[in-house]
Amino acid sequence: MSDQVNTSRRKFIGGAAGSVAVTTVAPGILLQSVAHARTPDQPATSENRWGMLIDTNKCSSGCDACVKGCQDEHGWGGEDTNEKLSREDQQAQWIRKVNIRDTKTGYAHSLPLMCQHCENPPCVDVCPTKASMKRADGIVLVDRHACIGCRYCMMACPYKARSFVHESLLDQSAVQPRGKGCVESCTLCAHRVDLQGADAVPACAEACAAEGHDAFIFGDLNDPNSKLSQALAKHGGTEIRADLGLNLGVRYQGI
Amino acid sequence: MTQMLRSLSSLLLLAGLALAGLVPVSYAGPPLPEIPEANARFSDTQGCVEPTEVMRKNHMEFILHKRDLTMREGVRSKQHSLQQCIECHVPPQESGQVVRHSDEQHFCNSCHSYAAVSIDCFSCHRDTPMPKDASAPAFHPLGKAIDAHHGISSVNSEVDSEALETLVEMN
Repeated sequence: MSDQVNTSRRKFIGGAAGSVAVTTVAPGILLQSVAHARTPDQPATSENRWGMLIDTNKCSSGCDACVKGCQDEHGWGGEDTNEKLSREDQQAQWIRKVNIRDTKTGYAHSLPLMCQHCENPPCVDVCPTKASMKRADGIVLVDRHACIGCRYCMMACPYKARSFVHESLLDQSAVQPRGKGCVESCTLCAHRVDLQGADAVPACAEACAAEGHDAFIFGDLNDPNSKLSQALAKHGGTEIRADLGLNLGVRYQGI
Repeated sequence: MTQMLRSLSSLLLLAGLALAGLVPVSYAGPPLPEIPEANARFSDTQGCVEPTEVMRKNHMEFILHKRDLTMREGVRSKQHSLQQCIECHVPPQESGQVVRHSDEQHFCNSCHSYAAVSIDCFSCHRDTPMPKDASAPAFHPLGKAIDAHHGISSVNSEVDSEALETLVEMN
């Protein structure tokens, strides 16, 4: 017996359930249910799986607009907060710019790295309190109410996407409660997604577009007509460490 | 016999003290907390998202339930959201009055310090409303009623004022 998750079986079950949405009205006419944005009082469902495609060719190595955008939205990394009392390598980092260079050709480029919102997230597997969790719509979050700050998830994450808050905080962003003793990471701007659905634009993507680079495409991986799915179908998208079989929600183009 | 005498003498002593006015005859209890006024109303007829008596008794249940719905399922309705409590019950920082959750003038702490019940919410949650000019997405009010009655000064009708007094008064 293997404990490994059989992803192909999951896909089959998912596909079978998805087909229920298509109903035959009359011979030759199919009534396909159109995905409606949910209202704020409705829960997230597995009808959506939110993700992003990042075109690294459009990403400039000196630019950190996405990082600044995320900081402004979620209130981490501010200059005049207690966070600055932490050692620099221990300060929160929800998204960071990574410069990569091919040592053989010298080809260098830059990309933003954040929580990849895995379908099979290792951080969720290791969490002893179920604080590390994946929502029905694929967004991976930390429930700080249950987080005991053990940091197993930080060790388990292959992308070093999670941070731990070491200092007491005040004047957090209203949309993003955060505090000492809890692990945190990119939320894929879940507070925006919950209110705006497919029209939502995460803060990083918004800042990137405002800078004129427009390297991010946010959307629903489950909706074949979404801009994201169409871009993926056309250009493909690379998963970082695809060998781990985590089926990432964030994919890259040009790496 | 000795015991009877002892109890009689203590009874006499108590009576004497009462006559001398040293033992208060009626005790009013400790002073009640001063609850700050909210700066908005839920509707014309109702001050808060639930009747005041219900909120006083059960607000922790509402917040706890909503907490899991929001965190785990992404439900972001305004009713019973802690962020909404703060928006209405704590003065915004730009009003010049910065009230922290540790101050007794803070809506939550005015009662919690009185009842000696500690609150953990604000080790992570913001304890004042977001500044209105912040780049963060605009706060969504509970309903149109709140827009119409934003600020206590705009509450004109007699019924509204009375309802508001009921909301802010403790006794």
